[in-house]
Amino acid sequence: MSHIILEIDNVQKSFGGLKALHNLNLQVEEGKVHAIIGPNGAGKSTMLNVCIGRLAPDSGVVTFNGENVLGKQPHEINQAGISRVFQTPEIFPDLSLIQNVMIPAFARREGSFRFNMFSNLCSEKEVMDEASHILHDIGLNEQESDHAGSLSRGDKRRLELAMCLIQHPKLLLLDEPTAGMARHDTNRTIELLKKIKETGMTKVIIEHDMHVVFSVADHISVLAQGTIIASGTPDEIRGNPKVQEAYLGGAHL
Amino acid sequence: MTIPSFKKDMFVMLIFSAVILTMPMWLKPLGAGYPDLLQKFAIFGIFAVGYNILFGLTGYLSFGHAAFLGVGSYTAVWSFKLLTMNVLPAILFSVVLAGIVAAIIGFISLRRSGIYFSILTLAFAQMFYNMAYSVLTPVTNGETGLQLARTDPRIIDNLLSEAGAGLPSPTLFGIHMSGYSGFYFCAVILIIAFFISQRIFHSPFGMKLQAIKSNQTRMKYTGYNTRPYLLSAFVISGMYAGLAGALMAVTDPLAGAERMQWTASGEVVLMTILGGVGTLIGPLLGVTIIKYFENIFSALNEQALLAAYSFMPDWLAKMMVTITSPFVGEGWHLTLGALFVIIVVFLPGGVMEGLGKIKNLFRKRPPDPLAKTLVEGQRQEEKG
Repeated sequence: MSHIILEIDNVQKSFGGLKALHNLNLQVEEGKVHAIIGPNGAGKSTMLNVCIGRLAPDSGVVTFNGENVLGKQPHEINQAGISRVFQTPEIFPDLSLIQNVMIPAFARREGSFRFNMFSNLCSEKEVMDEASHILHDIGLNEQESDHAGSLSRGDKRRLELAMCLIQHPKLLLLDEPTAGMARHDTNRTIELLKKIKETGMTKVIIEHDMHVVFSVADHISVLAQGTIIASGTPDEIRGNPKVQEAYLGGAHL
Repeated sequence: MTIPSFKKDMFVMLIFSAVILTMPMWLKPLGAGYPDLLQKFAIFGIFAVGYNILFGLTGYLSFGHAAFLGVGSYTAVWSFKLLTMNVLPAILFSVVLAGIVAAIIGFISLRRSGIYFSILTLAFAQMFYNMAYSVLTPVTNGETGLQLARTDPRIIDNLLSEAGAGLPSPTLFGIHMSGYSGFYFCAVILIIAFFISQRIFHSPFGMKLQAIKSNQTRMKYTGYNTRPYLLSAFVISGMYAGLAGALMAVTDPLAGAERMQWTASGEVVLMTILGGVGTLIGPLLGVTIIKYFENIFSALNEQALLAAYSFMPDWLAKMMVTITSPFVGEGWHLTLGALFVIIVVFLPGGVMEGLGKIKNLFRKRPPDPLAKTLVEGQRQEEKG
C-alpha cells in the first residue's frame, strides 16, 4: 500500500441535533483520484469544510502529510498543500481572468504574506506567462483581460480549477466540479481532469454525475448519513448491494 | 482590467506633474488661482489619494481618518514648538506618529469587517476628538487650539541662531511656507504621494488588496493571511492622512480639534466616492470639484445672487433669489448633498465612470460575437 496523504480519523460534527458527520474515517492514497459519492445531505461538503479549516469538528483528527490540520488557519492549510474548488465558484469577480490566476501563483511563490508594494506587476513575466499558459489549457486565454464576473457559470468553475492548479497543490479537493455544466463543458472538464491525473496530483472529488465519477476515479467511497458505508475500486462499488440500496435506490448502473 | 506597462505609468506621472505644477495658471481664469485654495487642493488631494488606498483597494470603509489628520497636525506644531521651524522634521514625525496610531486603531478595528469596521473607526476618531477637548488638553491646548508662541523652546533653532523678534513661521531651509512657495511645496509632495499610490496600485501587493475586496473568502483559501495585508493598507492610508495633517500645519501653523471631527472623515469619503472609488485619479477629481465649488458657493450671498439675476424682471429675480439662496453661503452643504445624491444614484462609479461613458461614446464598438453567430446561423438556415 502506498503513502496515505490524507487521513480522516473518527471525525464527528453535529449542527444542533443533526449529526452531519458520524464516526467518519477516510484514507486517501497519494497520487490517486478518490471520488466521494453519496445522497444529498450525506455530509460530503461538510467533510471537505473540515479538511480545509472552514469548520472545526466536534472530535476526531484530520492528518495531512503526517501533520494534524485541525486548529490551523485556512491559509496555513492551503500553504501546506491543500487547494479546493468550491461548490459555488469562489473567484475574484472584479479582477481580470489573468489576475485571477496570478493571485494564487503569487501565493505559491511568496507565502501567506509579502509586502512588495514597490515591485511592478508588469515585471512579473514568469508569473504572467504561467498564468497565460494555464488559461490556455482551460481554453479561456482569449478572454484573459475580461472581468471574471462576466463569465458563464461553467467557465467560472473551470477558472477556479485553474486557480487551484497553478498552485501545484499536493491535494486537490473538488466539490462537484461539473454541477450545472452543459454536457459539452462536462466532457471538457473530464478531459482536463484526466490530464491532471497524469501529473500524479492527488485528488478528492465529490460528484453526482456517475459518468464523471467512473471516468476519472481510481477509488470510490460512498458516504451516507455522515459515515462511509462502502469503499473500493469502481468495479467493487458498482457491484456492492449496500451501495445500491442506500444511494442508488436499488437501480442498476 | 489589463496590467498597465511601466512606460505608460511614467507617461501618466509626467502629465500629472505638469498639470499639478501649472495649477496656478490654469485655475486663474476659473477664479481659483490663489495660494490658499491651491494649497487646499494639494493637501486634501494627498488625504484623498491615501484614503483611496484603503477604501478603493480593499473596500474597507473607514470613518475615522480625520483622527490621523489631527495627529499629524498636532505633531507638526509640536515639532515647530520644541525643535525647529524647519518643515521636514515636522512632516517626518507626523507621518511616523500617524502610522503608529493607525497601526493601533487598525489592529483593533480590522478584527471586524463591513459596517462594524466603519463604526469602530468612527468610534476611535470621536474618542480622539473628545479627548482633545478633555484629558489631552495639555497636549492639544483644548478649544483654543495649539499655537506657536515666542517663548517656545525650539531647541535646534536656538542652538543655531538667536531667536528673532516676532513669531517665526515654518520654513524649508529658509523658504517661508506661505503663499505660492507653500503651494509648490505641497504640490511636490502630492506628486510624490501620487507616485507611491500608483506604484501600490500596480504592484502585486495592490492586486492582492483588490482581490481581498473582490472575494476575501477565496483569498483565505488561496493561502493568504489577509489581516496583515489589510493592516498594511490601513497604516499606509493613515500615514497619508498624517502627512496631509502636517501640511495643514505647515501652511498655517495652528492645530485645532475640529480637524478631527467626524465631518472631516465624512468629507474624504465623499470626495473619494464623488471622484471614483478605486481609480487613481478619481479621488483627486473629487477633491478639486468639492473644494472648488465650496469656495464659489460658500462665498455667494443674496446680494451676489440679486446681481446675477439682474437681467430678469424684478419679481422673477426676487423669486429666484428665494429659491436659490438656501443653496449658497452657509447652505453650500445642501448643494453638496444634492450633488452627492445625484452622483451616487446615476454614476455609482463617480466622475471617473462618467468620463469612461463619454469615452465609450466616441469609440467604435467591437461587433458583438454572440450577435454575429446568431446572424450567421440565421443565414445558414435561410440557405438550407
